[in-house]
Amino acid sequence: MIIKNLTVRFGAFTAVDDVTLEIPAGAIVGLVGESGSGKSTLARAVTGLVPYTGEITGGDPRRIQMVFQDPYASLDPRMTVGASVAEGLRVPRAARQAEVERLLSLVSLPASMAGRYPRELSGGQRQRVAVARALGARPELLVADEITSALDVSVQGSVLNLVRSLREELGLSMLFISHNLAVVRYVSDVVAVMHRGRLVEMGATEEVVGSPRNGYTRSLLEAVPRLRRA
Amino acid sequence: MRHLLRTPAGLAGTTLVGLMVILAIAGPPIWGAEAERIDPAVILQGASAAHPLGTDNLGRDILARVLVAGRLSLVLALLATLIGAIGGIVLGALPSVLPRRAARLVTGTVNALVAFPGLLLAMFTAVVAGLGARGAVLGIGVAIAPGFARLTQTLAASVSGADYVSAARMLGVPRRRIMARHVLPNIAEPLILNLTQALGGALLGLAGMSFLGLGVQPPSFDWGRLLFDGFGRIYSTPAVALGPAVAVALAGIGFNLLGDVLARAASRTAVPAGKAVPRAVSAPGALGEPDPEAVLEVRDLTVTFPGGVTPVRGLSLTVAPGEIVGLVGESGSGKSLTASAIGGLVPYPGEVSAARLRLCGTDLGELPEQERRKLLGTSLAMVFQDPMASLNPALRVGGQLAEVATVHQGASRAEARARAVDRLRHVRIPEPDRRARQHPHELSGGMRQRAVIAMGLMGTPRLIIADEPTTALDVTVQRQILRLLREVTGESGAATLFISHDIAVVGELCHRVVVMYAGRVVEELPVEKLASGAAHPYTRALVASLPDMDTDRSLPLASISGHQPSPAELGPGCAFAARCELATGRCAERPPLIPYGKAHQVACWEAS
Ligand SMILES: Nc1ncnc2c1ncn2[C@@H]1O[C@H](COP(=O)(O)OP(=O)(O)O)[C@@H](O)[C@H]1O
Ligand code: SF4
Ligand SMILES: [Mg+2]
Repeated sequence: MIIKNLTVRFGAFTAVDDVTLEIPAGAIVGLVGESGSGKSTLARAVTGLVPYTGEITGGDPRRIQMVFQDPYASLDPRMTVGASVAEGLRVPRAARQAEVERLLSLVSLPASMAGRYPRELSGGQRQRVAVARALGARPELLVADEITSALDVSVQGSVLNLVRSLREELGLSMLFISHNLAVVRYVSDVVAVMHRGRLVEMGATEEVVGSPRNGYTRSLLEAVPRLRRA
Repeated sequence: MRHLLRTPAGLAGTTLVGLMVILAIAGPPIWGAEAERIDPAVILQGASAAHPLGTDNLGRDILARVLVAGRLSLVLALLATLIGAIGGIVLGALPSVLPRRAARLVTGTVNALVAFPGLLLAMFTAVVAGLGARGAVLGIGVAIAPGFARLTQTLAASVSGADYVSAARMLGVPRRRIMARHVLPNIAEPLILNLTQALGGALLGLAGMSFLGLGVQPPSFDWGRLLFDGFGRIYSTPAVALGPAVAVALAGIGFNLLGDVLARAASRTAVPAGKAVPRAVSAPGALGEPDPEAVLEVRDLTVTFPGGVTPVRGLSLTVAPGEIVGLVGESGSGKSLTASAIGGLVPYPGEVSAARLRLCGTDLGELPEQERRKLLGTSLAMVFQDPMASLNPALRVGGQLAEVATVHQGASRAEARARAVDRLRHVRIPEPDRRARQHPHELSGGMRQRAVIAMGLMGTPRLIIADEPTTALDVTVQRQILRLLREVTGESGAATLFISHDIAVVGELCHRVVVMYAGRVVEELPVEKLASGAAHPYTRALVASLPDMDTDRSLPLASISGHQPSPAELGPGCAFAARCELATGRCAERPPLIPYGKAHQVACWEAS
């Protein structure tokens, strides 16, 4: 899928400025940048939630799904997990339950979870349900916007592992957005850096992290807190 | 439900509404015959023993008629409310499913109707629809509808912005389905609450209509009609008019009170004011002498909420001058409550107790209220995750800082202002003079956090408590704030307690690390040992699950299965046992926090 010259304006303010970005099939593209740099707006444009100018080619726009940052706001509190996951399914009624169970098992949740309500789940479990719901629509591209930011480190690991296994097992392409460079580095094949609405650097993860060319990328890298700083 | 009866208003509302319902059911069968009995011998009488509220022009007993009229009054009010609510909800929901142009038309109409006086709307409709009960009910229904429409619109708009609605839109769920499945169920509660209050309003409105002669026509009668009939005699025999008036008023008040209390219970915002004061518990023998060096010394700090919920359990902590101690743990482990307890900010009905709580060599538990406030005000600086928790959005930044100096240090206004600008410069806010004259919203998030730190530096703080001060900030800004905290601690010799869920940040900033889990300290260690010398399985798992810039990308990340037990779920054993790979039978008993090498303590049976 190729995003070409995508621009989003809110009144006089340009939130995303002429961004061109390729998401190769089966690859995870990580998008980093500080808050307000336009990452979420780009994600919402790609998923059709905000109007934009520019082009998105090489994919069916209806087969793009998104998972949101706040696990407490992304599930309808009055619907069971099963009903939420079933929402995007296009399978006959009789096959529905089996499909919900298959999706839950894809995100490593037990089938018994289907009858529960979001309030009974932890943040990590909710994020898994949100991923299962998105997968139900058989997306070509999954946009993950800061999906681990609201989670504790102790559960972040399992969600990141899930992200990687989805690519390996389903060949899913993904736009993975985070302000945490260490997290992006861990899951992505390609890293793109956004600053003030523009894409300032993009390349293979090793390259961008190992030998950044852009000054802003360098300052981002330097600022990453490290437990084992030499 | 028990909640409803706890407040006087709730009790009164529930009782009144309950009585009204009983009256509506039982009134006509019991007093029906009496209310219709014509007695030419007692026409137009005032209050007497036989007729406590007097009689009407046919000699019928007015008390009986008031009691019987309850049913019709309430039923009509209910009908009017339902008409208004259904009409309003449909009107309010329409814009969310109509095409844009039509939606705007509906919204505009609703706005115009809301601005129109309700009583006029009701009277106009009633006159058009024809005299009598039907016209009055329709009229009141029409008058109620715009309010409901507006409420529905507002509520629906807030739910429509929720992520789960966006998710449904992306999944291609049609707009009508989104409205029916996601929006309406999630706004039902406030709408139902509003219904109760609208019922009270409809009751009064209908009485008003009948009173004006627009409502119920004889031989039927409701309270309004009785009032209308009795009003002409109010000076000669007041009881005949007062009876129905009191009935209307009581019912109206009852529904309003009930609606009000229900609404408040539902929003769960009614937090009574007041802060818990630390209570000294009798010190166990092993408490030992206070540490003369320490700025902050906490022994056996416990925070309890009613119902046996104890989010902080026997926590001990010491911070020396110039030292930065990190307090880490996942959310809900009790870090923030610990900070609040030290600062005397635990909200009511929380209870704080400690065997020792010393700040700058003074026991906080023993100080009288006023002096404790003064000590905390001058020696403690608190920085929270949200700088707006400490800044008043309505006041200029410089003025707020200066206030600290005038209130606590008795400085003159000019001195205070000069010092505020100086402090802003000190935390490296560019153009401090100009910034001091701005309002908080004109500053970026990072700059606001600097301003809060500057506010803490207006005095000479001995202790700085920073609770997740950089969690809402970007890595680059986070780095600057961390550097600032380090400098401030270094040059002022203050002690800093730095609270964070981010173990990497703590590892970078702090000298010593205290790890909390489910309300207790499970490990305390020098920062050099954090990366590879931690002894507690929880600390180790936390470190292992943190991706950093050197993590091997070909291996799965470590993670901890399960979740931290909530304070109400805690059992007697090691709180980590359900998630611990090393757990044995012994872990059913809680391990004590014991020394483990130099400056290192751990609470785990398997660490040895
Ligand atoms: N006002 C309160 N009433 C009852 N329980 C509370 C209150 N405030 C906090 N708690 C509970 O205390 C525990 C610790 O909370 P907190 O100190 O905020 O944790 P942390 O800062 O480590 O995330 C949580 O389980 C929380 O639900
Ligand atoms: S005491 Fe037992 S359960 Fe607790 S951390 Fe140690 S080994 Fe694990
Ligand atoms: Mg906290």
